[in-house]
Amino acid sequence: MLTKRIIPCLDVRDGKTTKGIRFKNNIDIGDPVEMARFYYEAGADELVFYDITASAEKRAIMIEVVQRVAEEIFIPFSVGGGIACLEDMRQVLLAGAEKVSINSAAINNPALIQEGAQAFGGQCIVLGMDVKKVPPHAAVPSGYEMVIHGGRILTGIDALWWAREAERLGAGEICLNSIDADGTQKGYEMNLTPLISEAVSIPVIASGGAGLPEHLGQVLTEGKADAALIASMTHYGTYTVRQIKDYLKERGVPVRYIW
Amino acid sequence: MISIIDYKAGNLTSVERALKNLSIPCRITNDPELVLQSDRVIFPGVGAAGEAMKAIQTTGLDKAIKTYFFSGRPLLGICLGTQIILEFSQENQTSCLGILPGEVIRFPDPHRDEEGKHLKIPHMGWNRVEWTRDHPLVRAIPPESVFYFVHSYYPVPREENLILGRTHYGFYFPSAVAFRNLVALQFHPEKSGPPGLALLKAFSEWEGKDAD
Repeated sequence: MLTKRIIPCLDVRDGKTTKGIRFKNNIDIGDPVEMARFYYEAGADELVFYDITASAEKRAIMIEVVQRVAEEIFIPFSVGGGIACLEDMRQVLLAGAEKVSINSAAINNPALIQEGAQAFGGQCIVLGMDVKKVPPHAAVPSGYEMVIHGGRILTGIDALWWAREAERLGAGEICLNSIDADGTQKGYEMNLTPLISEAVSIPVIASGGAGLPEHLGQVLTEGKADAALIASMTHYGTYTVRQIKDYLKERGVPVRYIW
Repeated sequence: MISIIDYKAGNLTSVERALKNLSIPCRITNDPELVLQSDRVIFPGVGAAGEAMKAIQTTGLDKAIKTYFFSGRPLLGICLGTQIILEFSQENQTSCLGILPGEVIRFPDPHRDEEGKHLKIPHMGWNRVEWTRDHPLVRAIPPESVFYFVHSYYPVPREENLILGRTHYGFYFPSAVAFRNLVALQFHPEKSGPPGLALLKAFSEWEGKDAD
């Protein structure tokens, strides 16, 4: 039986990991390569690196981080943040990432999903979605709207429509982040996640709001998510990956143990 | 020396990095001559069967891989590499190398489990491989181990006794096959953590003889 994936997310700025609370007040918590190795040994099923480096000239630092991580860990990992074109994707994949995640670049240029899938295979193109709950209106009938720039800009694009469109264009997976839940540690968005997951046939990773093992239990069962992103709850040592998996296993959710 | 065959199909460097981590000497090559001179060959790959077959035909790697296999030395297929080793793939209706008798078929669309629940394609993530018989490569692998998969097609060898492992996704499909000096895996040992690395290590020490 296919297990549900537990995926720690590491935000990286200028080659160092941080953890943002509602995208503000980032504090520095260490070396991404060390953290990757730590999570690999702790039984994480996959890792996500999100490059929040603002300037383009510092992107080379991220490529070096990706290369060093790829030498240390032997599970899949994806890299997102600032990937805007095929060449950016190629660099990250050649450096050793299994997948690339594209977000606002895909909104600005949806053909990028198609081109990426054709060039590298759909399995390595992850669509990152930042979604905000809004009152339903003509352009956004689902009441969930795509946002960019860390939630500061509404795009007028319906999240449900966009998820289906990205699948049609060849995306292999969706990483679904609720801006409303992100950083709260009060649980994943339990209306949005099943809405999107049931609308597409590609896997959906739930993101934003994890604080307790129960939250993962909910989103991986009623929430219909295929995988769950975690950050603060394990970064700061409140829980271990093992504790979360033990909790899930007791409740009948299939999980992976290393051996 | 282990050669990793380069035919421009995806993530070759991950196999190389895994072997380096295990201190196993290896090289990535698309040179048919170097393939023929190797002690062991790994045939990896991610991508589509049609394009991949075209690439190995233009480089002459198709003949080299066959000649290498018939020399009796160990050959390891991974994912797309595994699929191309069979006779035919439904993906792009591709005639493949035909080293292993059988075909590559697609998961049904839509795919459902026994309770009628919708199953996503590609089959992506960690799933258990149940070894269905003894083989030198899998003796060191605990029976409960799970491995990383990402695929929409799977290999079906013509004879049941060629199946080395099976995996459940809606139904059981063959996830590992063994045929003389060939072992072919549908999952990615290079991305499967400690059990995957143990399998690669066992391959680097295998002389190419089956359990019998």
